[in-house]
Amino acid sequence: MRPVKAAFARNPFGWALPLTLAVFIGPIFLGLFGTLLPAFGLQPALGSFELSFDPWHDFFNDPALTKSLRLTLTVGFGATLIAVIIGFCSVAILFGTRAFGIVRSLLAPALAFPHASFAVGLAFLIAPSGWIARLISPWATGWDQPPDLLIVRDPDAIALMLSLALKESLFLVLMIVGALGQINAGSLLRSARSMGYAPARAWLIVIAPQVHAQVRLPIYAMLASALSIVDMAIVLGPAAPPPLAPMTLDWFRELDSGRQLMASVAAIFQLLLVIGAVLLWRFGEMVVNLAVRGPLTNGIRRGWAERIAGGVGRIGISLALVASVGAILMLLIWSFAGTWSWPGALPQRWSAAMWVRSGDTLVLLVWRTAIIAIAASAIATALAIFCLEAGIGQPKSRWLVILYVPLLVPQISFLFGVQLLWNRLWLDGTMVAVTLTHLLFVLPYVFLVLSDPYRALDPRIAIAARSLGASRLRTLVRIKIPLLARPIATAMAIGFAVSVGQYLPTLFAGAGQIDTLTTEAVALASGADRRLAGVIAFTLTALPFMALALVSLAPNRLGRANQ
Amino acid sequence: MTSAGLILNDVRLAIGGRTLFDGLCLCIAPGEIVTLMGESGSGKSSLIAYICGSLDTEFDVRGSVTLDGQDMGPLPIERRRIGVMFQDDVLFAHMSVGENLAFAVPPGVTRSERQTRVNDALVEADLDGFAARNPATLSGGQKARVALMRALLAEPRAMLLDEPFSRLDATLRERVRNFAFSTIKRRNIPALLVTHDRQDKSDHVITL
Repeated sequence: MRPVKAAFARNPFGWALPLTLAVFIGPIFLGLFGTLLPAFGLQPALGSFELSFDPWHDFFNDPALTKSLRLTLTVGFGATLIAVIIGFCSVAILFGTRAFGIVRSLLAPALAFPHASFAVGLAFLIAPSGWIARLISPWATGWDQPPDLLIVRDPDAIALMLSLALKESLFLVLMIVGALGQINAGSLLRSARSMGYAPARAWLIVIAPQVHAQVRLPIYAMLASALSIVDMAIVLGPAAPPPLAPMTLDWFRELDSGRQLMASVAAIFQLLLVIGAVLLWRFGEMVVNLAVRGPLTNGIRRGWAERIAGGVGRIGISLALVASVGAILMLLIWSFAGTWSWPGALPQRWSAAMWVRSGDTLVLLVWRTAIIAIAASAIATALAIFCLEAGIGQPKSRWLVILYVPLLVPQISFLFGVQLLWNRLWLDGTMVAVTLTHLLFVLPYVFLVLSDPYRALDPRIAIAARSLGASRLRTLVRIKIPLLARPIATAMAIGFAVSVGQYLPTLFAGAGQIDTLTTEAVALASGADRRLAGVIAFTLTALPFMALALVSLAPNRLGRANQ
Repeated sequence: MTSAGLILNDVRLAIGGRTLFDGLCLCIAPGEIVTLMGESGSGKSSLIAYICGSLDTEFDVRGSVTLDGQDMGPLPIERRRIGVMFQDDVLFAHMSVGENLAFAVPPGVTRSERQTRVNDALVEADLDGFAARNPATLSGGQKARVALMRALLAEPRAMLLDEPFSRLDATLRERVRNFAFSTIKRRNIPALLVTHDRQDKSDHVITL
C-alpha cells in the first residue's frame, strides 16, 4: 500500500485512474460475465446452476442464422471499407483546398447527427415514396404512383450498408483531420510535391500511411459498430431475418426463456465475431501494406490511381454531406406536412398540428433525454479532466487503449449483463442506471476531444501558478479550467450529443421504462405516421445541434478565457 | 545576361496590407549558392514558399520567378523541379531511409538502377549501410544528409534551403553545411539558402 499512498501524495488526482477504470471496465466485464452465464444455461437468479451447451446448440441450429450472419458481415465489412475509402480519398483530394475548410466546418454537426434520426431521415429520402423518387417523378421515371421496389429494408441490407458507410465516412474524416495535427502534414506534402508528385498521390503515399497508423483504433471501432449496429438496422435493414445484433435484441425481448438463453449465446458470439473481424481486418492491413510497399517507391509521379481516388473522394464526401442535409430536410418537412400526396415534391398543405398534438409527450421526452445527456456528459467531463490531471492520456499511454474498449466491444454483448447488474442493485429502469450506462460511451469521446487541447496547454503556465503558491487543485480550478473553457465546453457538447443518440444502452438500462427521443424515434420509424416520426426525429437531431451551437455562439467569454 | 539559373525579377510580397519586401531582384547562376539573411518576419520563408510554389493564397504577390528561362508562375509545385530542404528534416516516418531516397528517384528508372542510385546517394552521404534504418533512429546530422540526398535524387533544377542547419550543433552544422554546399556545387545547380546564422556564408550573401 505504501507505494500507492506515496503516488497519491505526489499526485492528488491519482484516484482518478482507479475510479475511471471502475467506471469503464467494471460494468463491461460484469456485463459480459452476466451475459456469459446464461449462455451456458447458468441462471443463478432463477436457481439454475447446471452447465449446459443446449443454448449454443439451439443457436447454431437456428435456420435464420446463416442469412443473418451473411448480412452482418456484408454490412460490417462493406460499410467500413467504403467509409475508409471515402474518408482517405476525400481528404487526399481536398487537403489544402478551400473546400477542405468548408468540409471541416461541417464535420462536427454531421458527427452530432444521431444515427437513429439520420436513418429515419434517409429512409424518408430514399424510400420508393421518398423525396428523391418524388423529385424525379413522373417526368423522368413515368411513375404515377410510388414504385413497388424494396429500397429501404432490402433483403441484402444494401441500403443499411451504404447509409452506414456515408455516416461513418464523416466520422473518419473528422478522425483523419485530428490525426493530421499530429504530423507535419503540410511540410511532408510540400516536400513530396517538390519532387514532382501530384498532390493526391503525394497525400496517399506520404501522409495516408502515417495518418492510418493514428486512426487505426477508430477504424476498428467503426468496424465493431458496423458489425453490431442496431438502431439503423431496425430502420433501414431487413427484418426477416435481420443482421445478428437486431436479431439478438429480438430474442432478448421474447418471453420464451429458451430464446433468451439463445440471445445470450448470440451476444457472446457477436463479441467473438467482432474480435475475429478486427483480427481479419488487421491481417488485411498487413497484406495491403506489403502490396503497396513497391508502389511507394516506384517513382511514378502521377497516374490513374489518384484520378480514381479523387473521383471516389469527391463523390463520396458529397454524397455523405448531401445525405446528411437531405435527411434533416426530410425530417423537418415531414414534421410540418399537412397534405402531401404523390408525387408532389413538397406538401400541398403545411401544418403544425403534429407538433401541437405531440407537445406534452415531446416536452417529457426532451426533458428526460436532456437530463440524462447533461448528467452523463458532465460526469464524463469531470472524470476526463481528473484523468488528464493525473497524467493519463499521454500520447503513448497504454491507458488510451482502454478508452476504446466500450467502443470496440459490441454493446449487445454486455448490456444485457449490465441490465442484470442494475437489477441486482435495484437500479434498473431508473434514470440513474441509464445515465451511468450512457457514461460508458460518452467518456471515450469526451476524453478524446479534451486530451489534445489539455496536452497543448503550455506547462509553464501551471508551473508559474504553482511557483506563486497555488495548490494543484487551485491551479486546476483557477487557471487551467478557465483557460480550457472552450475545449471543455466542446467536449461536453460532444458528450451530450453522444448520450442523446444512445439507443441500446437506454433500452437495456431503462428496462423498457425510460423512453428517450432516440428509442421513440426508432419505434416510430417503421410505423405509418411519418409526420410523428418526423417531429420526434427532428427534435432528436436538434438537441445535439443546439448544444454545439451554444458552444460556438458563446465565443467572446470562452474565447477571452482561452487567450 | 544569360537566362540559365534561378532569376527573381522585381518580386514584391505583401500580406494583410503589410509589405514584406518589394523590388527584390536576384540572379543565381548554376552551381552558385546565395545566402539570404534577414530578421524574423522579414519574409525569408515566404520567399522560399513563393519560389517553390507553395505560398499561401492570402499573400499579395508581384514579380516573377524564372528557372533556366522558364516562367515558374503558372506551374504547380510538383512541376517546377525545385528541391526544398526544410528546417525540419521532413523525412517520411513510415518509410526506411532507403525508401525515403527511392521515393525521390524519377520515374522510368529500372528497379536495379533505382537501387544503384539510392546506394550511391547513401555512400555519398557517408551513410552506407543505413538503407534499412528507420529515420527516427538517425542523428540530426544524418537526417539532414538524408533529406538533402533525397531532394537531390529527384534531379531538381534548383535547390532551396530553408534554414536546414539551424537545429544542428555548431560542429555538426559546419560538417553538414560543407557537405551540402559541395554536393550542390558538384550537381551544378543554383541554390538559395535562407538562414539566421552568419556562419552560413556562401558565394554571395544578401539581406532582406
